[in-house]
Amino acid sequence: MEGTLKVGVLALQGAFIEHIHKLRELGVQCGEVRLPQDLQGIDGLIIPGGESTTIGKLMASFDLMEPIRRFADRNAVWGTCAGMILLAKRIEQGQPVLSLMNIAVERNAFGRQIDSFEESLPVAVLQGGEACPFPGVFIRAPRLLEVSSPAQVIARLADGTAVAAVEGKWLATAFHPELSRDLRFHQYFMEMVRS
Amino acid sequence: MEKQLRKEAQRSASLKVKSGLAQMLKGGVIMDVVSPEHAVIAEDAGAVAVMALERVPADIRVQGGVARMSDPGLIREIMASVSIPVMAKCRIGHFVEAQILEAIGVDYVDESEVLTPADEDHHIHKHAFGVPFVCGCRNLGEALRRIGEGAAMIRTKGEAGTGDVVEAVRHARTVLGEIRSLQAKPHEELMAFAKSIGAPFELVLQVRELGRLPVVNFAAGGIATPADAALMMQLGVDGVFVGSGIFKSREPARRASAIVRATTQYRNPAILAELSANLGEPMSGISAAGLAENQKLAGRGW
Repeated sequence: MEGTLKVGVLALQGAFIEHIHKLRELGVQCGEVRLPQDLQGIDGLIIPGGESTTIGKLMASFDLMEPIRRFADRNAVWGTCAGMILLAKRIEQGQPVLSLMNIAVERNAFGRQIDSFEESLPVAVLQGGEACPFPGVFIRAPRLLEVSSPAQVIARLADGTAVAAVEGKWLATAFHPELSRDLRFHQYFMEMVRS
Repeated sequence: MEKQLRKEAQRSASLKVKSGLAQMLKGGVIMDVVSPEHAVIAEDAGAVAVMALERVPADIRVQGGVARMSDPGLIREIMASVSIPVMAKCRIGHFVEAQILEAIGVDYVDESEVLTPADEDHHIHKHAFGVPFVCGCRNLGEALRRIGEGAAMIRTKGEAGTGDVVEAVRHARTVLGEIRSLQAKPHEELMAFAKSIGAPFELVLQVRELGRLPVVNFAAGGIATPADAALMMQLGVDGVFVGSGIFKSREPARRASAIVRATTQYRNPAILAELSANLGEPMSGISAAGLAENQKLAGRGW
């Protein structure tokens, strides 16, 4: 049933192959996006984890900023970790970003690599709901400082820190569903692509 | 409190969190820097991480003497100057240098043959650390011994500080070729194969199943041009380290940015041609074939 849909994964730098493996597990067709013409014929886009400064500079360098913004007007886009930073309208440091979602993001919000961690997250919008927590992998992760309407928080850590948000067809997660075995976030994104 | 709990959980640190950072570095360039100024140039050029050093390998070669862990004061200054991850090197087997680097808070420790080894028989027991390690290798057996000791990332050794890519190619071809031949072997030959390359049996099984190393595998040692970086990527590594190649060249910022972009567009010769034009003089380099055995760094490691 997913046969007709194709999802692109931004493949400039970072953990793009992990997303592609997850999509293939769901039977979704996918393609790597390295240049503007790669956006043709895809129905959704994932911006993977990686270094947000590197990915942002490469997006600017290969003239992808405007084409991705235009693509996002009509299509679903999901950013994980670095991808979330690139989707945010507000970040504290000057670096090239897409500025799409009404969220403010703090980079490296939990500290350095030694402070990276795993924590289970109750996420109501996923299949199974809060009763079935999602394994969150946080690596030098950002966090959501502010989420303004129409963006909404959909996941928090036990201490209340907001770590995932949705706004229309755009999804942002501070953690890495592509590094866990759980496919539910990718399924959730595919529902956004289909709608 | 929350942070404290997380820190404690991290002690029993999952390999997922340690190797996960390396997964985020894939498709990227990690650059050697010797000052905060260099680090800022590297970050501006799009480096995914920097390796904080007192001397780049080319200078270690020229100046000789014992090469040790860098001054923690310098490493801290470099950490404060950029927002990307910072790595630092300790000597092979010198677990106290590694403890110090962990205490400073570096994001990755490179147990490196570029420094003078502190132990001629044993590497560091890397599972005991919360900070992840990257280690060099020349072949599959060496890679799997390091992973067995707890390395969360592997790089080919190449021949650091030469600007000659030939050894990086040799080591990448050896590791990737051995993986291909392992995949063609029937099960009953795997124990003898593990024995012959001196690798843990369980890891040999895992590599055969995955068709690749179980951790991220970068190229290093002698990469000096955008074409070198793209060559290594086309051979099948996950990303590249560039040491002396950038800051020993005439125009480091332009070269650094070109190598970053070449690592992304490594399969697109038209873009590579564009990126390779007008970069100024590369590092002059020395032929690795002309080095005496005792001048080669890659032989260090057991």
